[in-house]
Amino acid sequence: MLLIYCPYCEEERSELEFRHGGDAHIARPTNMADITDEEFQEFFFLRDNPKGLIFERWRHIHGCGRFFNAARDTVSDKFYMSYKAGQPKPDVPGVTSAAATNENTGGNAK
Amino acid sequence: MADQALRKAPLAGRHGGSAGARVTPAAPATRLSLRAGTDAIGTLSLAFGLELPQRPKTSASISGRHALWLGPDEWLLIDENGADLAGIAAGISALHSATDVSHRNTAILVSGPDAAAAIAAACPLDLGKTIFPVGAAARTVLGKIEIVLLRTGEEDYRVECWRSFSPYAFGMLVDGAEDAGL
Amino acid sequence: MSGANRIAGQGRLTPAKTARFTFDGKAIDALEGDTVASALLANGVHLVGRSFKYHRPRGILSAGPEEPNALIDVSRDAARRQPNVRAPVQEVFDGMKVASQNRWPSLAFDIGGVNNLMSPFFAAGFYYKTFMWPKAAWEKVYEPFIRKAAGLGVAPTEEDPDHYANRYAYCDVLVAGAGVAGLSAALAAAEAGARVILVDEQPEVGGALHYDLSVKIDGQNGYDWAQATAAKLKAMENVTVLTRTTAFGYYNHNFVGLVERVTDHLAKPDKKLPRERLWQVRAKRVVLATGSIERHMVFANNDRPGIMLASAARTYLNHFGVAVGRKVGVYTASDSAYEAAFDLKRAGVTIAAIVDNREKPGDAVLTEARKLGIEVLTGHSVIDTKGKLRVSAISVARNGGGSARSIAVDALLMSAGWTPSVHLFSQSRGKVAYDAASGRFLPGTYAQDCLSVGSCNGTDGLQATIEESLAAGELMARATGNEGGGKVELRGENAFEWTGGMAGAGEGAGADTTVKAFVDFQNDVCAKDIRLAVREGMHSIEHIKRFTTNGMATDQGKLSNIHGLAIASEVLNREIPKIGLTTFRAPYTPVTFGALISHSRGELFDPARKTPMHAWEEAHGAVFEDVGNWKRAWYYPRSGETMHDAVNRECRTVRNAAGLFDASTLGKIEVVGPDAAEFLNLMYTNAWDTLKPGRCRYGIMLREDGFVYDDGVVGRLAEDRFHVTTTTGGAPRVMNHMEDYLQTEFPHLKVWLTSTTEQWAVIAVQGPKAREILEPLVEGIDMSNDAFPHMSVREGKFCGVPTRLFRMSFTGEAGYEVNVPADYGQAVWEAIWARAEPLGACAYGTETMHVLRAEKGYIIVGQDTDGTVTPHDASLSWAVSKKKTDFVGIRGLKRPDLVKEGRKQLVGLLTKDPNVVLEEGAQIVADPNEPKPMKMLGHVTSSYWSENCGRSIAMALVAGGQARLGQTLYVPMPDRTIAVEVSDMVFVDKEGGRLNG
Repeated sequence: MLLIYCPYCEEERSELEFRHGGDAHIARPTNMADITDEEFQEFFFLRDNPKGLIFERWRHIHGCGRFFNAARDTVSDKFYMSYKAGQPKPDVPGVTSAAATNENTGGNAK
Repeated sequence: MADQALRKAPLAGRHGGSAGARVTPAAPATRLSLRAGTDAIGTLSLAFGLELPQRPKTSASISGRHALWLGPDEWLLIDENGADLAGIAAGISALHSATDVSHRNTAILVSGPDAAAAIAAACPLDLGKTIFPVGAAARTVLGKIEIVLLRTGEEDYRVECWRSFSPYAFGMLVDGAEDAGL
Repeated sequence: MSGANRIAGQGRLTPAKTARFTFDGKAIDALEGDTVASALLANGVHLVGRSFKYHRPRGILSAGPEEPNALIDVSRDAARRQPNVRAPVQEVFDGMKVASQNRWPSLAFDIGGVNNLMSPFFAAGFYYKTFMWPKAAWEKVYEPFIRKAAGLGVAPTEEDPDHYANRYAYCDVLVAGAGVAGLSAALAAAEAGARVILVDEQPEVGGALHYDLSVKIDGQNGYDWAQATAAKLKAMENVTVLTRTTAFGYYNHNFVGLVERVTDHLAKPDKKLPRERLWQVRAKRVVLATGSIERHMVFANNDRPGIMLASAARTYLNHFGVAVGRKVGVYTASDSAYEAAFDLKRAGVTIAAIVDNREKPGDAVLTEARKLGIEVLTGHSVIDTKGKLRVSAISVARNGGGSARSIAVDALLMSAGWTPSVHLFSQSRGKVAYDAASGRFLPGTYAQDCLSVGSCNGTDGLQATIEESLAAGELMARATGNEGGGKVELRGENAFEWTGGMAGAGEGAGADTTVKAFVDFQNDVCAKDIRLAVREGMHSIEHIKRFTTNGMATDQGKLSNIHGLAIASEVLNREIPKIGLTTFRAPYTPVTFGALISHSRGELFDPARKTPMHAWEEAHGAVFEDVGNWKRAWYYPRSGETMHDAVNRECRTVRNAAGLFDASTLGKIEVVGPDAAEFLNLMYTNAWDTLKPGRCRYGIMLREDGFVYDDGVVGRLAEDRFHVTTTTGGAPRVMNHMEDYLQTEFPHLKVWLTSTTEQWAVIAVQGPKAREILEPLVEGIDMSNDAFPHMSVREGKFCGVPTRLFRMSFTGEAGYEVNVPADYGQAVWEAIWARAEPLGACAYGTETMHVLRAEKGYIIVGQDTDGTVTPHDASLSWAVSKKKTDFVGIRGLKRPDLVKEGRKQLVGLLTKDPNVVLEEGAQIVADPNEPKPMKMLGHVTSSYWSENCGRSIAMALVAGGQARLGQTLYVPMPDRTIAVEVSDMVFVDKEGGRLNG
């Protein structure tokens, strides 16, 4: 069972208090109604499922209730860092992102 | 004009636990789910008569009124004396959201030298003396439900949960108290 | 006397404290503190079970949890019975019943033993090949036969009457194992001030000190030092010492599962005591001091009862005072077995010979053996054994050939050296590394914050172990911020440093394919099976393991893995590390389901959520149905009524008079803030800024892909305050969905969400007499039709308490939903009932609610929709704003597949025979005579008998449904085909006049 650092509660808490929220840094287009089918497919359906570093969303649903982002290694489950929602995707020192070459809509809200 | 309806608490008449950890339903209280940005904290604190805590896992208490930090813009206000918290909130002009949750929640008191062990039967929080001291408060889980835990004394805890989950919470705490007392 | 083989003056048990149990019905006298294994051995019983595949007689091999053979069935009473208990682990208690397993009709004469003779047919991988033909025989012959023959013990049939407990715990340093290493580490960490948890699976601490009498620590006998150290630790406030507790799993982020066996050793446990207690420990640091496990020697017929590990014999002698034989042989590749011979010899047991397959044993043990007059045959091997139900003789030959000499023995002790217990380390995802010099897999790369110390780390020598462990304990304490205490120092002395060890098959394992030289006792895997696997093309250890089942039994290959690997290495002619080690998985030893479930049984299995009016409903005969965790009143049968009768009556009554319905479980979310309307505009398809305070609107929520996610009525209480309702089951996910968008996509909006589902008790009063019933109970609300029209909300008082009174309907009748603070729910319900009953109204349940809404064509999200239905598919296009430039799902709705012709659409179905009620889920076709596979057009989503229509009604998702109105379609059932006509979905009051009642 994971131990997850909540950047709002400023401490590590049991995974039991959290809910996973899928990939991070996939911002909802502000011109949502006008995007093409391809853009929608990219935004809504396609994900990378990398081996190694992933940026993902968590919600401290049974704690402070906040959504936040974390950088985790999908092989070792080691968390490199977690940070508040809205902050830009950070560099993880010494680790290269498998998804770095495959940025999609980017953005910093989600 | 109809007679005023009588109030029926969800855990009325229950009691349990062990010598080391007594488990009892708390008396009815008024409660408010209070939401606001940092700007409003001063005004709200003044109006409610206690400093809204701004650090995670902390609370403020004055004569039966408690303000628990639940999130960066969220507090649970509890008044054990039944003060009209919603009424106070209605008079505050600073931007905030106040929702009466007096009946949504009910509370269970766990007291005694084994109280922490009783709660630890189902709650994954570290309840160590220095990490969860008197006054500490957090939303967390108890078995399969969500609770808000407030440490009111060295050996005293208040467990808040939604009313329909309260028989489960009570049963779990009694189970935990019985084992903790062995 | 507690057994003829108990030697006076030996061991640590108290002769006066006796316990008596039965083994296969025969009384066995034991001492308190005995294990089943030690007590049986004390009474000369070596034969305790039959093996899994060949049903060969088997005895006690070990004195610990690695035991593969001596699996027994232990019972306290009829319901408290546990199969597959390891005899060396189970402590005896007065009155316990022990039975051997895997034998019929008796242990000594077992019909299944014929498998041993048939063994050529049971070669490795046999089950992959043998039962392939004829195919038809699988179901009728092979599978029933295999099911009957397979498995070890027999599972109990009665419900477990015991209870189990759970405890979450945190510590700075968790120490797994309380031998010399673990105790030293715990002591150093504790003295530094760390919060320490020390666990050991045995009843007392000490580990190898149980048998190793030659160890002295700080001048004190090792075992006594261990007990004194444990006592000292227990007295410290910052230390928890748990014995009879197994660290069974090492999971992510230093999360370690422990199971504490609380009552399994007690004759009359206090009923309050849990049988077992699960500890879920989160440790900042972990010290692994799990020791090592002695390996057996692999040679022909090495599995006869009486053949056991040398260290086990030492434990039985030195701790339990039991001699495992009168004339004992030793077969070893390690110095350690010599000490077993020395101890037994000094206790008066004859040592027939020490057979050492090495040319050069350690000098110290060789000298001592000579001094004690024990014959040592170096460079020799045991190549076979004799004896039916217990070993009676061994054949010994010089390595490399030569004639065999038979030596009579009644027990044979063996040791191929020691395997470090890296199980927990491996579970922590640490990578083991092969140390070629010592032939051991040792902790290599660490993945978590832990350290291995002592023999599980390959550290040889007592003082080296102590120093390494003290240092590790202190390091871990310092690393977690503890600054107390000074340096702890301990001085250890022991008689011999051990050398030697081997892995793989010995001389006597035979090259041919008939010799049974067991590698894995529990799964009956022999050296020849590993060789066969390699010959058949399995070259990876993972394949060899699965082909032979080596290491796949409940002992997880604690003894067999290294031997299996070495044999494969030899046949493949590849070094051991190139073949690799299989991964160790939790649990280290079997864990009961009871412990894992702990408190979550009976009423605590899952929360049973009850509404504030539940007690009234129960008292009035309601039958309840589960909706999520909620218990909802389903229908209220009166005496003599079937469900059908009750629902028909309730349906009639609501439309003719009125009905009361408990709607408290519907999700409620208070949306508050100046941007509340703007936020709801984004979350729902409808427009909310046009909704005036005091009015309500039905809203549809989509996912981003355009499919219906939830629906509900939303009331606007003020410019900045909405009362949102959701489906009962959807409440938590809708709240999460809204919070997600609010926090991560629209954080600029000034609005907050609060769940108020349980703040309000909700009493729906529906029907033509609804207003008449409610009016006298209401204060401060004008109830007239004009002042309070359909789809409105008012705040006021009801029965003297605050209310949010909604004028809304899910029945098609004029109706209200009375919201009052939950604690008043039952009293308010009773007050309404007191007025309603004399006016001919009834209480109705969810079934009637379903029928009444279907009569009006109102959908239920999750029943009539399934996550692939758009608002247009459900004829709800009117609820989707055409003016808004954004809402969740706006783009998804325009996807090509969602605007395509021919999508499945919700329609009504009327059976041609009005008395036939369709089955929900039934498929719909256009041509009943089409050959299979028929083209399915859709399925029935809702179907009821409508008493008000006097016929059946149904809703269905049908391809191109809207264009098929009036068409005849067919519902093929197993026994008949039902013709239906496609209709609209409103079956009652098509004009909707009754809503305004």
